Amino acid sequence: MLYAILCYNSEDVVGDWSPAEDAAVMARLGTVEAGLAAVHRLGAVARLLPTTAAVTLRKARDHLVIDGPFAETKEQLLGFYVVDCGDLDAAIAVAHDLAVANPDRGAYEIRPLAVYRPGGLGEARPRRAVSTRG
Amino acid sequence: MTIANIDAAWIDAALTAARPQAVAALLRYFRDLDTAEEAFQDACLRALKAWPKNGPPRDPTAWLILVGRNAALDGVRKSSRSAPLPAEELISDLEDAEAALVDRLDGEHYRDDVLRLLFICCHPDLPATQQVAVALRIVSGLSVKQIARAFLVGESAMEQRITRAKAKIGAADVPFGAPGLEEREQRLTTVAAMVYLVFNEGYSAGGKELLTRGSLCGEAIRLARLLLRLFPGEPEVMGLTALLLLQHARAPARFDADGAVVLLEDQDRGLWNSRMIAEGLALIDKAVRHRRPGPYLVQAAIAAEHDRAERAEDTNWARIDLLYGDLEQLAPSPVVTLNRAVAVSKVAGPEAALEMIEPLAPKLSGYFHFFGLRGGLLFQLGRRDEAKVAFDQAIALANTAAEAAHIRLHLDRLLRASTG
Repeated sequence: MLYAILCYNSEDVVGDWSPAEDAAVMARLGTVEAGLAAVHRLGAVARLLPTTAAVTLRKARDHLVIDGPFAETKEQLLGFYVVDCGDLDAAIAVAHDLAVANPDRGAYEIRPLAVYRPGGLGEARPRRAVSTRG
Repeated sequence: MTIANIDAAWIDAALTAARPQAVAALLRYFRDLDTAEEAFQDACLRALKAWPKNGPPRDPTAWLILVGRNAALDGVRKSSRSAPLPAEELISDLEDAEAALVDRLDGEHYRDDVLRLLFICCHPDLPATQQVAVALRIVSGLSVKQIARAFLVGESAMEQRITRAKAKIGAADVPFGAPGLEEREQRLTTVAAMVYLVFNEGYSAGGKELLTRGSLCGEAIRLARLLLRLFPGEPEVMGLTALLLLQHARAPARFDADGAVVLLEDQDRGLWNSRMIAEGLALIDKAVRHRRPGPYLVQAAIAAEHDRAERAEDTNWARIDLLYGDLEQLAPSPVVTLNRAVAVSKVAGPEAALEMIEPLAPKLSGYFHFFGLRGGLLFQLGRRDEAKVAFDQAIALANTAAEAAHIRLHLDRLLRASTG
């Protein structure tokens, strides 16, 4: 099974880290990443730019693009894409295509990445046996 | 690092981040700046006690507003001998009350509160540096000591200055109601200019001052981001934030180990902060979509042209010249034309640039950079005696030791060239 691990923290607090603090945290995380990468269990790793850098495309409102992150609490995060685009307009065009393919409700938040490492997963491992006993 | 250490740092950062919103909301509630600040202070003290014990609240800002408000009300009640203070444990159990408050905080009120708090710091009777000082005290929450160090004055002098400025602010009659559309726009423009001033106070620092004043750049970026979060659809707020990020990204390369200025063309671009540059570029992309470029956005685009160039010789000076042309239209000033002349000297040569700046002489006779550039252009044209005069004038007008030292380098080069 592949798992996505989503990172949540206070943007204000993390944004306040000094370059040295930031580097120290990244180094500690890097150790964990390296351990996973060595056994081909690490996929893509991304660090996002702040929410202020985001725009959001609303499907229900004629693909209206509004400034800022997706802030509704009624909808949940269901998936994500990482796309390589020359600029924001190109990224919005991709989101537009996705919205055409999957219309109706919801939104696509478009947030630039600060860091991206593609990673390398090994062969999918056999599904483990299901056990109902702890 | 121990857990307790992390917690203390986390709490510190959370309190700092919450301050503008919390003080702004408390100000609306109490209609008095001193009471609002004291209430916030009180809430912070309680947070320092309660949070390590109970864990941080879901919404620290809402917690601080609620606790600050209660604490100040208790102060009032106590002095009028009525209900006793609630127990500390009860105050930290606020989840339900928080949720209701957060809903209310999300409204328009909230952003107008913060805008108002920033706006009152921009009192027109206060000189620019005092606006900056008082905003750093009230909004950013820097201590008087930190601000005094940043402005290179004694602590008691700064204390007096801030007290006087606050008295003026307190007497000003800025209505508490929600501003109209036009009024809000005006306030935003005024406040953006003040945030830029805060940045420039830090940016103009050099050498040893950098340690104490350089942090002002970070404070300005924090304020710009706050504005951006409150007004996410304002292209000039995006432009301002981008401008600050794109300039501050070069900070690690702007001075050498001795504190001397390193010119843009000589900077080690590997030291530039690539994440800040990426964020600045992303904000420009967003702002451009609005198709109403303002002065901050154009300046950010100019900074971006420099930041984009991997080597100094890759700089697209023709594009920078065009952008300065736009800026001259949007916000004409002799300083803008002076900056444009730098681009013109690269595109069309020193003669054209010199021709462009000569008419600026009467307006910029007290401006360090005018004589610095004039000297440089004259030197390139082989007019060495005139260049020396211009450099001497620049040194006399230098604002920082680093600026003066930089011009002396030019002079040395000039003297070597004329003797060698």
